[in-house]
Amino acid sequence: MSDYNFAYLDEQTKRMIRRAILKGLAIPGYQVPFASREMPMPYGWGTGGVQVSAAVLTPDDTFKVIDQGADDTTNAVSIRRFFQKTAGVAVTEATGEANVIQTRHRIPEAELRADQILVYQVPIPEPLRFLEPSEVETRKMHALEEYGLMHVKLYEDISQHGDIATAYAYPVKVEGRYVMDPSPIPKFDNPKLKMAGIQLFGAGREQRIYAIPPYTEVVSLDFEDYPFQPTKADHACDLCGAEDSYLDELIIDDAGNRMFMCSDTDYCATRRKEGHVGAQGVPYTEDAA
Amino acid sequence: MYVAVKGGERAIDNAHAWLAEERRGDTSIPELSIEQIREQMALAVNRVMAEGSLYDPDLAALAIKQARGDLIEAIFLIRAYRTTLPRFGGSEPISTEDMACDRRVSATFKDAPGGQVLGPTFDYTHRLLDFKLAADGEVGDAPKAEPNEVRTPHIMSFLDKEDLIQGEPSGQEIPDDLTRTPLELPASRALRLQSLTRGDEGFVLGMAYSTQRGYARNHAFVAELRIGAVAVEMEIPELGFAIEIGEITVTECETVNQFQGSKTQPPQFTRGYGLVFGMTERKAISMALVDRALRWKELGEDNLGAPAQDEEFVLYHCDNIQATGFLEHIKLPHYVDFQSELELIRKLRREAQSNISQEAAE
Amino acid sequence: MTPLLQVENIAKFYGARIGCTDVSFDLYPGEVMGIVGESGSGKSTLLNCLAGHLPPDRGAVRFDTRAEGLKDTITMSEPERRMLGRTDWAFVHQHARDGLRMSVSAGGNVGERLMAVNARHYGDIRAEAIDWLGRVEITEDRIDDRPTAFSGGMQQRLQIARNLVTGPRLVFMDEPTGGLDVSVQARLLDLLRGLVREMNLSAIIVTHDLAVVRLLADRLMVMKDGHVIETGLTDQVLDDPQHAYTQLLVSSVLQV
Repeated sequence: MSDYNFAYLDEQTKRMIRRAILKGLAIPGYQVPFASREMPMPYGWGTGGVQVSAAVLTPDDTFKVIDQGADDTTNAVSIRRFFQKTAGVAVTEATGEANVIQTRHRIPEAELRADQILVYQVPIPEPLRFLEPSEVETRKMHALEEYGLMHVKLYEDISQHGDIATAYAYPVKVEGRYVMDPSPIPKFDNPKLKMAGIQLFGAGREQRIYAIPPYTEVVSLDFEDYPFQPTKADHACDLCGAEDSYLDELIIDDAGNRMFMCSDTDYCATRRKEGHVGAQGVPYTEDAA
Repeated sequence: MYVAVKGGERAIDNAHAWLAEERRGDTSIPELSIEQIREQMALAVNRVMAEGSLYDPDLAALAIKQARGDLIEAIFLIRAYRTTLPRFGGSEPISTEDMACDRRVSATFKDAPGGQVLGPTFDYTHRLLDFKLAADGEVGDAPKAEPNEVRTPHIMSFLDKEDLIQGEPSGQEIPDDLTRTPLELPASRALRLQSLTRGDEGFVLGMAYSTQRGYARNHAFVAELRIGAVAVEMEIPELGFAIEIGEITVTECETVNQFQGSKTQPPQFTRGYGLVFGMTERKAISMALVDRALRWKELGEDNLGAPAQDEEFVLYHCDNIQATGFLEHIKLPHYVDFQSELELIRKLRREAQSNISQEAAE
Repeated sequence: MTPLLQVENIAKFYGARIGCTDVSFDLYPGEVMGIVGESGSGKSTLLNCLAGHLPPDRGAVRFDTRAEGLKDTITMSEPERRMLGRTDWAFVHQHARDGLRMSVSAGGNVGERLMAVNARHYGDIRAEAIDWLGRVEITEDRIDDRPTAFSGGMQQRLQIARNLVTGPRLVFMDEPTGGLDVSVQARLLDLLRGLVREMNLSAIIVTHDLAVVRLLADRLMVMKDGHVIETGLTDQVLDDPQHAYTQLLVSSVLQV
């Protein structure tokens, strides 16, 4: 792959993407159209995130990729390898050591710092899409700040189910102006959207980039009497004992018994290295999982 | 004790190795060559070039080999490759008027200057499996004739002379490149046509068929279908004039559709247009029908609510690479999102149950 | 006193054909104007021009906005016009499906305008929706039903509730009782009359039914072939029509 430019994309394309990123940072939450390129992985598999990462990576960076919070799910492995080959950047699984983190569907549990960039893979950037299929109409609604329909959806949820029935990709209002889809992160992660790091969102197939600058006000939509609640399973991690991290539920035998463990594998491993042990965990040793 | 499974990297490597083995198949059977695919599967090569938006039969043949015959997978390979190619500039518009036609037919006139030339078409074959082909595909030479020196003007030009057909606006403006600028709506006709020519053949065919069956019917006649080689010319800045840099084969289809007029304007026929790389007839005709359907607004027609009239619906869903990418992405892990759904549904059920038992108690 | 709506020389053409032409009038707060005519008279075209659904070819439609007084709505920016459409103005369509979200519950339909102007308390929104449904005689137990489960008359009443919940000052109505059973019509007209008085609404009602204008409208405009051929106080025009066409209309009404 040495015939390819650094991080695969040519410089003109990277410049185009960076312009879109800057525009997105200048207008937090606004979806900037960009001419997404065909990448060597399919649309829908992170091409937006990959293009954003390719545009922001420099040779000195350290790169981390997670999918569902884990570094070793096949899609994360595939993308990490892609950048190892085409950019030659250092890679890591340790959240604290990465400058650029590309993620699918989770925000890392460890608090991000001002020198870190979080790149999200976004399938459907338009929060109003399921209420209004027409792109022409939704762009108008954003331009005119006509978000009544969004709250009608929340109202309907409460009247039908007794509560707001959105568990992930929970819509937020950014800097008091644009309603944004934070990508399919569980609503548990929404409070983390206000952070010290830079957040960039890439949707390749839909051809949109948006961004949240550091310390931006991000409010999850709700009603005064039905306030937003970042919920998670009422368990602690069975491996490391963490009570404050988002958990994966695993079915471990035919009888349907289950155990819970941190979705963020680096967070869990770090805690176990520090000596924490959960209900079904064993003390950390170098070569264990 | 549950041990978290690792090994994603090894799994991927092994999967790729197995894939390569499957692609090669039985090693006692001779390997397919690129030349074989290019020569003997030319219509598959054409489709890959058309939807990959890259005219290179050898590369397309390679992609088909690598993709094990899955044409959408092959188109994907070509598209990804195209992304990496540097852009030197743009050619002059090709002149289909000067095409050396291998095939040229018209459904609107029995005969016209240039004649009805059937070309190497399946049209009149009987679709009977030829078992002889299984053993021996060698054929003798087809009969030859003297080359046709007669000019082959577009059929449309005759209708045009009588002012029977609406003119196309001739513009000097270079239209946007769909692969370089994001698609924004409403889309210009140029962008619509770009989208259709590289759109999935099956999808565009289905849309075209729907118009024939009454979903925004526009009574299309094939005024002309022509297939052949055209020169590609490009102006070289250092030379100050254009030179021919190569030749490509294209299929062009022009349809004549129901006429329109008003009290002040005498009626004229309206048009649909299709242009595709290679000998790719079905696609070119489908494209012309869908092009015409999408023109309802500029022609002052009613929006009948037909899918083929809905610009957003057609243009956003005709790209098979986008479509398959998103479709197949649902195979990827979604257990975190699913987990949050699980928790929500359990919570709502708990609340519903407690409401029911409360009401029962009352 | 400033008129609420000042219409000046509105005209709309379809090629050579006249949609409507030379229409001017002033409407004051609390006044109801009826526009009557038969099919093809131009009354619906006129209403759509006034309500901002159709751009007229000539003329001005000035509305007394809260912030800036009389302002021409034709030349207003789109965001301003859309805001007006959600707050001070309301439009009751002839077919309820055009004025409702059929896949949203009755409560959601009524609450939408409230949520569009930043109401953020579910309980309050629901309470207000229940209140308004009650005022249009829809029982509380229907609040979570979709309009598809309602009769034609109920859908129309829901449409009215949806429109009036933000207290508009001007309501446009296009054949509000069209297609409804006679007894249902009567009930609806009674309801409308009560609400108009209670809320001091101004309204412009288009209809071919003289009984509707007799009951609801203070003033009347009779249209034929795109022109206004007679105008005046409702009772005057109906009891003592001057123009031949108006006389024909009035005399054609079946006496039962």
